[in-house]
Amino acid sequence: MTDTSPRRARRASRDTRPVFTGIGVAAPNGLGTAAYWAATLDGKSGLGRITRFDAERYPVRVAGEVSEFDDTEHVPSRLAVQTDHWSHLGLTAADWALRDAGLDPATLPEYEMAVVTASSSGGTEFGQREIEKLWSKGPGYVGVYQSIAWFYAATTGQISIRYGMRGPCGVICAEQAGGLDVLAQGRRLLRGQARVVVTGGTDASLCPYGLVAQISTGLLSTRDDPERAYLPFDADACGYVPGEGGAMLVMEDAAAARERGARPYGALAGHGATFDPRPRPGREATSNLRRAIISALEDAGVEPGEVDVVFADALGVPERDRLEAQAISAVFGPHGVPVTAPKTMTGRLYAGGAPLDVATALLAVRDGVIPPTVGVRAAAPSYELDLVRSTARDGPVRNALVLATGHGGFNAALLITATDPS
Amino acid sequence: MPAFTLDDMRSIMGGCAGVPESLDLGDDIGEISFAELGYDSLAVLEMAARIQQRLGVRIPDDAVEEMRTPQAAVDYVNRRLAA
Repeated sequence: MTDTSPRRARRASRDTRPVFTGIGVAAPNGLGTAAYWAATLDGKSGLGRITRFDAERYPVRVAGEVSEFDDTEHVPSRLAVQTDHWSHLGLTAADWALRDAGLDPATLPEYEMAVVTASSSGGTEFGQREIEKLWSKGPGYVGVYQSIAWFYAATTGQISIRYGMRGPCGVICAEQAGGLDVLAQGRRLLRGQARVVVTGGTDASLCPYGLVAQISTGLLSTRDDPERAYLPFDADACGYVPGEGGAMLVMEDAAAARERGARPYGALAGHGATFDPRPRPGREATSNLRRAIISALEDAGVEPGEVDVVFADALGVPERDRLEAQAISAVFGPHGVPVTAPKTMTGRLYAGGAPLDVATALLAVRDGVIPPTVGVRAAAPSYELDLVRSTARDGPVRNALVLATGHGGFNAALLITATDPS
Repeated sequence: MPAFTLDDMRSIMGGCAGVPESLDLGDDIGEISFAELGYDSLAVLEMAARIQQRLGVRIPDDAVEEMRTPQAAVDYVNRRLAA
């Protein structure tokens, strides 16, 4: 009986952990993985005043826009007219991820390729345009593509069609946390019929309708200075800045990847997801994030002391920062693990944010460096966090934990681990 | 002189449904089916809506079935205009 404990069984099956072989990034501080990673290590922020529309009369005027992205350059026009800006970013990032992985989908069995993406807002910009036509000109002027462009699964569907990926496809909508949950779903699919999964997510909701929907949570920063607008864990924290973009990843069965000579960035070692209790008036808010972290570590068979960095969810809302800091300290001890939030340079990308953090974690593993949290002058002492501020920190990164929470009570934690060169 | 030409059709195709990936809209596309050009039934519905807006003729949904090629669409519209 000695060898049958779940942890031992998992350790023994390390070889079967799915690996990440391709990364595609479309982020406010960098278009393409190389540009994004260079900017992130340099602490270069992509936050600025909103330019996509006149936001002067809105309470939120700072955001992370993916500038220099030209739809016509990256997406064929037949496809571009049918899809929202959020899907344009997703299709582009998926294309880059497949190229990065060195995969030609045309050469693989169509039912062994799957697509699972996260989405939290769907095609709001497209929807706004068509609703404007509806009220100004009438129903005959609403474009037919409204029927397919707005809905959450549109990016998944268009990627599936574009590359003939006819394995199990889906979408998960759990706001920021959904961006980690899709990777766990991808792992499930790789244990079944799929050998390749295109996964991750993007979001893009910086139009008036999309922004107003976000403002309704009361969690967004209304500060006008892009350098002082998003300060998670700072005593001066005042909410978060919204952004657009995200990352798409190619995840493969480890043996299949090895067979074709792919060079993995790292492996998905563990995942945990929990849900928060319903908030009640007069009672202090609580979070089950700690339990998600513990589940992910147990799933991976990794001890807290083996974790080299935590990518925080970093909402930048004092009460939520406190709950997250408590969860981290409870597992790792006070100042027990380096914590970082490179999303201070992109804003919160919702379903795109967590996959971008995973991409960043994979690059941190590859290069042995922890990217910084910008803007924060000092983490509030009561949080007891070892926050990596201002400049990147060198050091081997073998295990990276990524955290994400989603509006409404979602918590997810995902552990990325280095793959040993074979 | 027909009231609605293949060039009008090309401009509507490019404007509302995008250009085909393998061909140029300026090519001799009149007799190639929309399906072969990569325009699905939604795209043809969208083009029909634009024609209605531009010319003020009503195109019933079942007529869209008849519009299998750009030239067939042009012919259909001209028959409606002449009627």
